Amino acid sequence: MPTPDAHHQVRLSNGLLIQLKEIHTAPIISHWVWYRVGSRYEQPGKTGISHWVEHMQFKGTPRFPSGILDKAISREGGYWNAFTYLDWTTYFETMPAHAIDLALESEADRMFNSIYTADEVESERTVVISEREGNENEPLFRLGEAMQGAAFEAHPYRNEIIGSMDDLHAITRDDLYQHYRAHYAPNNAVVAIAGDFETETMLHRLERIYGGLAPAQVPQPPQLVEPEPAAEKRVEVSGPGETTFLQLAYRAPAAREADFFAFTVLDSLLTGPTSLNMFGGGGISNKTSRLYRALVERELAVGVGGSLQATYDPFTYDMTITVHPDQTPEVVLQAVDAEIRRLQQAPVKPDEIARAIKQARALFAYGSENITNQAFWLGYAEMFDSYHWFLNYMERLAQVTPEDVLRVAQTCLQPTRRVVGIYRPTGAEEPNP
Amino acid sequence: MKKATPIIAWNSLPGPEDITRVELPNGITILTRSNFESPSVVINGYLPSGSLFDPPEKLGLSYFTALALMRGAGKRNFQEIFNSLETVGASLGFSASVHNTTFGGRSLAEDLPLMLGVLADCLRTPTFPPDQIERLRAQLLTGLALRAQDTADMASIIFDAAVFAGHPYGNPEDGYVETVQPITRTDLVDFHKQRYGPRGAVIVVVGAVTADHVIEQICKVLGDWQNPEQTDPPALPAIAPLMQTIRKHVPLAGKSQNDLVIGTLGPKRCAPDYLAASLGNSVLGQFGMMGRIGEVVREQAGLAYYASTSLNAWIESGSWEVSAGVNPANTQRAIDLIRSEIERFVREPVSAEELENSQANYIGRLPLSLESNAGVAGAILNLERFQLGLDYYLRYPERVQRVTVEAVLEAAQHYLDPDKLAIISAGV
Repeated sequence: MPTPDAHHQVRLSNGLLIQLKEIHTAPIISHWVWYRVGSRYEQPGKTGISHWVEHMQFKGTPRFPSGILDKAISREGGYWNAFTYLDWTTYFETMPAHAIDLALESEADRMFNSIYTADEVESERTVVISEREGNENEPLFRLGEAMQGAAFEAHPYRNEIIGSMDDLHAITRDDLYQHYRAHYAPNNAVVAIAGDFETETMLHRLERIYGGLAPAQVPQPPQLVEPEPAAEKRVEVSGPGETTFLQLAYRAPAAREADFFAFTVLDSLLTGPTSLNMFGGGGISNKTSRLYRALVERELAVGVGGSLQATYDPFTYDMTITVHPDQTPEVVLQAVDAEIRRLQQAPVKPDEIARAIKQARALFAYGSENITNQAFWLGYAEMFDSYHWFLNYMERLAQVTPEDVLRVAQTCLQPTRRVVGIYRPTGAEEPNP
Repeated sequence: MKKATPIIAWNSLPGPEDITRVELPNGITILTRSNFESPSVVINGYLPSGSLFDPPEKLGLSYFTALALMRGAGKRNFQEIFNSLETVGASLGFSASVHNTTFGGRSLAEDLPLMLGVLADCLRTPTFPPDQIERLRAQLLTGLALRAQDTADMASIIFDAAVFAGHPYGNPEDGYVETVQPITRTDLVDFHKQRYGPRGAVIVVVGAVTADHVIEQICKVLGDWQNPEQTDPPALPAIAPLMQTIRKHVPLAGKSQNDLVIGTLGPKRCAPDYLAASLGNSVLGQFGMMGRIGEVVREQAGLAYYASTSLNAWIESGSWEVSAGVNPANTQRAIDLIRSEIERFVREPVSAEELENSQANYIGRLPLSLESNAGVAGAILNLERFQLGLDYYLRYPERVQRVTVEAVLEAAQHYLDPDKLAIISAGV
């Protein structure tokens, strides 16, 4: 469960927001730097640039040349990684507590001083293209990309984070460097640290290491005025295999909208609870969810899942259904619609909401075992609202009424607000090694 | 340059002081460790009823049985079982490996008795309802159809079949379409009757519960379990090393990337040179950004998003593998680069600095890998499974430090021969 009293928030004079949470259960510190840059901030023709910049940020600085930090962090037994998403890019190091200075120094350094050589850019171009090619091997990536493109007309959320193949071939070294320099600045960042430290001492260190970095004029994201969806859209993708997938993507509320919490209950009822933890915990099965019972138990599908994500602007609530080999996606869609109509016709029982709350409480408890995950939350929630969103999460969920769920089902789950996607398999060739 | 060894908070590592181990008269071993830092609890365990019992024409039987356990058990049907778990945010699942039927679950600490009750019902009195069995079969067959289109899965399956020919390690636990189709409900009932029992079972519980509570709760639901029909695992055939390089390609249409698996046999977990091989493997393809292989294939040549090595050590043997995902046009170039790194690895010793780096990593990462209940439960289960001793993690840093560059080279030469590799690719 979130513990409100243990967390400390400071903003440095250069605009850097610092979030600290002392946890003394293990000699570990997890340090994250979050930037407000991701696919939401990308211009047409430059899709995938935020993710590629994230890759380039591992290519070294004059002070920490390429490969040095990999070795230094691994030597300490730590691990580091980075992620690029719709609204944000984040870098983290989880280290034995005594070695955390290495993480602070190197992150502050690469906020400004990364080297983007032409050779490294070209080598990384093939790595990123290879990453995309690996994704393209998956039917659900190909379907998902087509659906995302159909779900938004103007908003950059319509693009895959990794970018289009054309853009990955066209983006230049200067594009990358410019994107980096435009968005990486203390006033566009959040530093989040959880673990085995004393707050006062850590604040002094952070002031010394991050305090001297100059703020910058950060560009605003491009065209974000997205019309309300007006008509159902359909996309179809075909490819090898024997398995048919049906996906539905409904426009969902942004995380800071009041309806997000009623939608969270809807998600839990329809397809089982979505865990928002990035590390640790795992999920809860969804075999008693309404769609599992309506589709899998009736042998229309062999699997069903749902995903509601916390985003800055309204994104999508996705359902992914693996169609039973003896069924068609059209029949499955009718059964889904019947279940959605049930939610739109009568309020759910209060105990169904109570169940969703207990599930959320359990998921938070599982996530709290892990210091990296706790540091993750300190910064993540700031990317779409504020850390108070996380602290108040359980309370907000508890305030959801059956009437709220009914209203949100009636408004948000209209067919006009969705994209229906089908992956149609063209059959399998018998492998013959 | 000699660098200082990382400092470790030794008292945070599991050891005989804080692990309670009890053997019940019916043969179940319980291991438990308390952690009151978070209000959750994890269970983990196994029974010696894995896929090594599968008849060749019914490969996948052990896995099918494991997945069918929760389809109905005791007085509860499928929906009632999952309703009891999901209502409280608990999760429980079964699977199968070659040696074992495995299970794992988690819940809030207050719900441990509920979770153990479901576990015991599933292990002791599964009902295998016919309609549920058919539903599950459709799910398994869909899984196999998806697997057949997955480049990484297919490369891995063909690799195992090549390296462990004629041994259960060479068979996929989930079987093949033609071996899962003929499995009947009677097969599941018989498999459960003859293979499942308390003898050799291990249950690990870690979390916000006391050892006394754990033992009492397990005894309550599993203490009187007996199965006189439970059979011991059969002796397994010997595994012969590869005599020459095997090159196979699994053609899969419509793919953008090929997956590669290159390797051969590795040490079994209790082999004296396991740790030397493991540290060598770290140098070869794990340390930093995927070790030497990552450096050459990803960083220098830009050929792959991932290229790394793994050492998989089990009871009777193990595998030493390099995996990579590459553009189809670069497949041969990646194979050549990987082979030449393996050649170098068996020709000359790793440098003292490389070994020290990996040693420091192994020691320094211990507290990080053991911070969550799931991490600790997995670690304790391995202690029991491979008979490593409860003080294994306490002695671990010293054992890691004792490995020399000569020992790494010896292990490398013992297992790896660049002219006797299985080289498997899948894709276009």
